[in-house]
Amino acid sequence: METLERIIAEHPFFAGLESPYTNLLTGCASNVRFDAGTYIFKEGEEANEFYLIRAGKVALEIFAPQRKPIMLATLGEGEILGWSWLLPPYQWRFHAHAVEPMRGIALDGKCLRMKCEQNHDLGYEMLKRFAKIMEQRLEATRFQLLDVYAVGR
Amino acid sequence: MTMATAATTDPMLPQPYSVRQVVKETPDTFTLTLEPSNGAGGSRFQPGQFSMLWVFGVGELPISISGDHAERDRLVYTVRSVGQATQALVSCAVGEAVGVRGPFGIGWPIEQAQGRDVLVIAGGIGLAPLRPVIYEVLHNREKYGRLVILYGARSPRDLLYRKELAAWVRQRETQVLVTVDYGGLSWRGHVGVVATLFKYARLQPARSLAFACGPEVMMRFVARDLETHGLDRKNIYLSMERNMKCAVGFCGHCQYGPHFICKDGPIFSYDRMRPLLEKYEL
Repeated sequence: METLERIIAEHPFFAGLESPYTNLLTGCASNVRFDAGTYIFKEGEEANEFYLIRAGKVALEIFAPQRKPIMLATLGEGEILGWSWLLPPYQWRFHAHAVEPMRGIALDGKCLRMKCEQNHDLGYEMLKRFAKIMEQRLEATRFQLLDVYAVGR
Repeated sequence: MTMATAATTDPMLPQPYSVRQVVKETPDTFTLTLEPSNGAGGSRFQPGQFSMLWVFGVGELPISISGDHAERDRLVYTVRSVGQATQALVSCAVGEAVGVRGPFGIGWPIEQAQGRDVLVIAGGIGLAPLRPVIYEVLHNREKYGRLVILYGARSPRDLLYRKELAAWVRQRETQVLVTVDYGGLSWRGHVGVVATLFKYARLQPARSLAFACGPEVMMRFVARDLETHGLDRKNIYLSMERNMKCAVGFCGHCQYGPHFICKDGPIFSYDRMRPLLEKYEL
């Protein structure tokens, strides 16, 4: 049977993370499962966890008044969902809903914030990894904004 | 020189073809099948080559060949209607005459891909010039490794060749991933730019050859990301596009740095294109 620590250590987001840190993370981790169509979190709610996606597909959505929700991106196996737990005011900025049944690991943000404060090396490892994800998603969003397939481009 | 010889050797002289079929792919994109009017067999082409299509009374257009190069009795083109000439072309009725010059240019180096994984990355109508590569690999499955097709479009309604995409998914050793920039709530596929699909691709970068076609800015990002994922620049090929006119390197309309896209391309390796792709003024 796979242990949580092993699953965390093998997830691409934590590739190369030393064993003492994965051990610390495991103390804040739990298995989760969401059925297709269910919301994992909604904009404005407290952001107290993030997710390592092991299987399935999750859509990030944004709402605007008098418009249908807009799907900004989808995330799948091997990716992480959520970084609002990391920065004040610790509130979700978007909706996330499972497009396909989602199976993953939830990491308790409060627990993790406390461990990162106590162990700055762990905090730095976490920030480096999240900064990389933020950079990739920012770039993808900028590229999306170019609307390169529109007529006349 | 006889008239017949002149007709077959003069690259500036359009050959008469007639429209056999027109298929609407998306609200603004159509696939036309042309057959020679004179009954003289179709023109042989290499995947990635293009033709100059004459719409009589309107003008001439460079269009990539999107059909199967094993089907030698016809030429197939997928055309997006974005202006007067393309609108006239896609409006042609079955039986109507179209002039064809070509095929022109250097195609995808498909022979280099033998024994290796083939990564096809297409954006928008860029899937059209890559479809002959897909046919080639699927018809000669034993010659190639895995086939990975990554396809991005603006929205679900802009996806080309939907039935074929569904059929390719079922082929052995083939992975097809599709994404859109804007997905409606009924869309169950990926949302995001095509480069976000790399992380799901099952291939070995060191033994892969990548063929990319789409808007130039897309190819610039894609090529850079492929390099990050371990592909050598020499193993990444891009289909470039400029304003092709004569198609034989005389007129200079399609000059891109030291290259004529029509004659030296349209397919170039990324190591040759990289210095030019990053220049604003080109």
